[in-house]
Amino acid sequence: MKFPKNYEVRLSGSGGQGLILAGIILARAAVLDGHNVTQTQSYGPESRGGYSRADVIISDQDIYFPEAINFNCLLALTQEACDKYLFDLRDSGVLIIDTTYVKNLALAAENTYELPFTDITVNELGNPITTNIVSLSFLVKVTGIVSDEALETSIRESVRPAFVEINMKAMKLGFKLAKEYKI
Amino acid sequence: MANIPLKVVHQYLRHDKKFPHVWCAGCSNGIILGAVVRAIASMELNRDDIVMVSGIGCSSRMPVYIDLNTMHTLHGRAIAYATGVKMYKPHMKVIVITGDGDCTAIGGNHLIHAARRNLDLSVILVNNNIYGMTGGQCSPTTPHQALATTAPFGNIEPEFDICKLAIGAGATHVARTTAFHVTEMQRYFQAALEHDGFSLIEVVAACPVIYGRLNKKGGAPQMMKEFRDNSVPLTAVDKLPPEKVEGKIIRGVLHQETRPEFTKSYADLLERVQTMGDK
Amino acid sequence: MSKTESKTKKTTKKAAVKPSAKAEVKAKAKAEETKTQPESKIAELQQDRERKTVIMQGNEAVSYGALDAGVDFFAGYPITPSTEIAEILAEELPKRGGVYIQMEDEIASICAITGASLTGAKALTATSGPGFSLMQEGIGFAKITETPCVVVNVQRLGPSTGMPTSPAQGDIMQSRWGSHGDSPAIVLYPDSVKECYELTIRAVNLSEKYRTCVVLLLDEVLGHMRESVTLPDMGNVRIIKRIKPTVPPHWYKHYDENQKYLSPLASYGEGYRFHVTGLTHDQHGFPTNKNNEAGDMMARLRKKISYNIRDLVQIESYMMDDADIAIFAAGIVARSAKAAIAMARYEGIKVGLLRPLTIWPFPDVAVRKMLLDVDTVIVPELNQGQMINEIRRLTKDKSESDVIALQKVNGELISPAEILQKIKEAI
Repeated sequence: MKFPKNYEVRLSGSGGQGLILAGIILARAAVLDGHNVTQTQSYGPESRGGYSRADVIISDQDIYFPEAINFNCLLALTQEACDKYLFDLRDSGVLIIDTTYVKNLALAAENTYELPFTDITVNELGNPITTNIVSLSFLVKVTGIVSDEALETSIRESVRPAFVEINMKAMKLGFKLAKEYKI
Repeated sequence: MANIPLKVVHQYLRHDKKFPHVWCAGCSNGIILGAVVRAIASMELNRDDIVMVSGIGCSSRMPVYIDLNTMHTLHGRAIAYATGVKMYKPHMKVIVITGDGDCTAIGGNHLIHAARRNLDLSVILVNNNIYGMTGGQCSPTTPHQALATTAPFGNIEPEFDICKLAIGAGATHVARTTAFHVTEMQRYFQAALEHDGFSLIEVVAACPVIYGRLNKKGGAPQMMKEFRDNSVPLTAVDKLPPEKVEGKIIRGVLHQETRPEFTKSYADLLERVQTMGDK
Repeated sequence: MSKTESKTKKTTKKAAVKPSAKAEVKAKAKAEETKTQPESKIAELQQDRERKTVIMQGNEAVSYGALDAGVDFFAGYPITPSTEIAEILAEELPKRGGVYIQMEDEIASICAITGASLTGAKALTATSGPGFSLMQEGIGFAKITETPCVVVNVQRLGPSTGMPTSPAQGDIMQSRWGSHGDSPAIVLYPDSVKECYELTIRAVNLSEKYRTCVVLLLDEVLGHMRESVTLPDMGNVRIIKRIKPTVPPHWYKHYDENQKYLSPLASYGEGYRFHVTGLTHDQHGFPTNKNNEAGDMMARLRKKISYNIRDLVQIESYMMDDADIAIFAAGIVARSAKAAIAMARYEGIKVGLLRPLTIWPFPDVAVRKMLLDVDTVIVPELNQGQMINEIRRLTKDKSESDVIALQKVNGELISPAEILQKIKEAI
């Protein structure tokens, strides 16, 4: 896949949802695919609760400004994050929201994907801990910004060996949800 | 104890340009420097492998005069600099010369943490109960009610018992003596240098020109006499009635224990980590 | 185990990590191309991942740069946003026989690295604003005693505790003038993760060469940012070690000097038995009250920087050839500037960037040239005006209005759009 310009992704939610790890995984996958990438984050001082976001910019050129300004894709896992960042989504940008927590949409984006990711993860995998991987895999499948193989390798390299298996299940679940998703 | 002739002591001093020294007449620092030299000479240590580190203050001027690897550092930080030296070359003997203000006021944090780690430093703490270099301000060991230029109506603060502080923080060898008890001092310095772990020797010292004058202690000889008459060896404490011990300087090795020394623990860590890599 | 036995054992273990022995191991490893314990962290990464381009965080790059530069002593105290450096070195240094120690505070940290450096270590510490303030007296001691060491300051917003996870460039002047008294400074400022690696190595090299405390300033965003980095070939990375004295001990002067004011440095334990002091001293290192000797010492500290400006100053000149407007920015702000330049050039506005990689000593010559070449200079910075005054100092024949400030101190980066707007206002 060629990137005419920068492809900007923002993953947003609250602290403890694993969004920064998701950002690192996405960035590493982009490197594996041979792209340039920057990944930045912003979070409050606490490690649980509070706001949290991770930005990933993927490009085939030099990336200057490292934070996402005008997103090609926004993942919002909380209502607060969705309200805060929705207006910075590009006109044709992809919006992915977790309807477990996001109940209201301030405006209707044309490419909106709505799924209760947290609920689905709890039902299918037993607990919500891998919601980040499920939603990231969904995002990757829907947008095609990195290859499936790169994502898989990246997850394997980024999580502790004991957690590879559960995260692989989460990735497959995310892919499946994307495949079955009907707009 | 080997008797070290004056000639040998002179061989350990830096003569060109470094003398006359900065200390006042009657100051105990010269006596303490002599005891340090005799301790090193009688142990026949290789002076290339000894580092003397000091902070700021009267006693901290000592490293200039002695021909060792020497370091005159920042106020209060001698132990922190010494930590860097000892950690990088653990085979070197590191002597810290410090004063009551240097070590227990501004440098108190480094003292307690080096003691906690049980890093093998020999700390010689010269306690003259006052800031001498700056002209007589009260220090954490200025006795209650004593006069100082910054306590003109008498010091209302209680004072530190430095040895108790060091023992509480985890020092594994702690002793106290006075500037009058020169051979005892030398013996304690040798014991500190031999001890494998953090040692602190408190030397109660006379500052006749500043502390002595402010508090009407008489001259240096009177202060020395006071050290002789007003101190009790630890071994005698139990045998004396309490009123004879009250208010006296207790001399002796107050604490001695064996605990893993920090550079040894670090060497063990290195070995553990490096063999882990081989497997 | 008896006491003597344990001592010998430890000495031999320490001997295995001495620089000379290290070089030997390195040469051996190269010759045999063994896969065990590569000396360079970068080489290790390349081997593990079997690829040249990896994703790396700024703080990680600093840590690996330190290791590859030969740093074998780290003393530090945890502080956001620099803590990753301590965490990585706590794991990596013991593997290489180096020393990692967590001190009781930042004051102790700078003191410990200085003590270790005088004992022969290549030593480094990492901190952020509050810790950097505490270290200032110790930085002054390293400078007056001419002891090599490196302080990495990952800057965060605000005076006092401020915003620990937000970027700011508030320590530019503190890194120059923070320590009391008058002393020269070498301060480097990277703008990318790759440069974090390169400038850390350069900082260690310069500290060894110039026998001083070198500061590496990072932006919070850069410390925590991950970026794709194409790793250098270790064969091309140049490592400098301090010059060792060759004279017999009684001839040794701790502050001897050659024409470039650079001098050999003995370590404790090598038989030289020198004295260092924070007092003003003579060439042998002993305290002096003579005014001529004091003047000589202060001149020496200044001259070793001013006589070597060409070696110390590094700048990036970007699209400046035909520029009418120049942006002068360091670190992460220079990246916003480059994005703004791309947008402005697309609209036909001729704008370029001058970026100092060495902010102290200040690149006076390059700035003077820039001021002659362009009509307007825009100085965006994440503070309330620090570098801009250095530029104003050099504007003899320009009016105040030709040097435009763009300052932001709310915890956000200056965006490319904000710079573009200033560019358009300047036309």
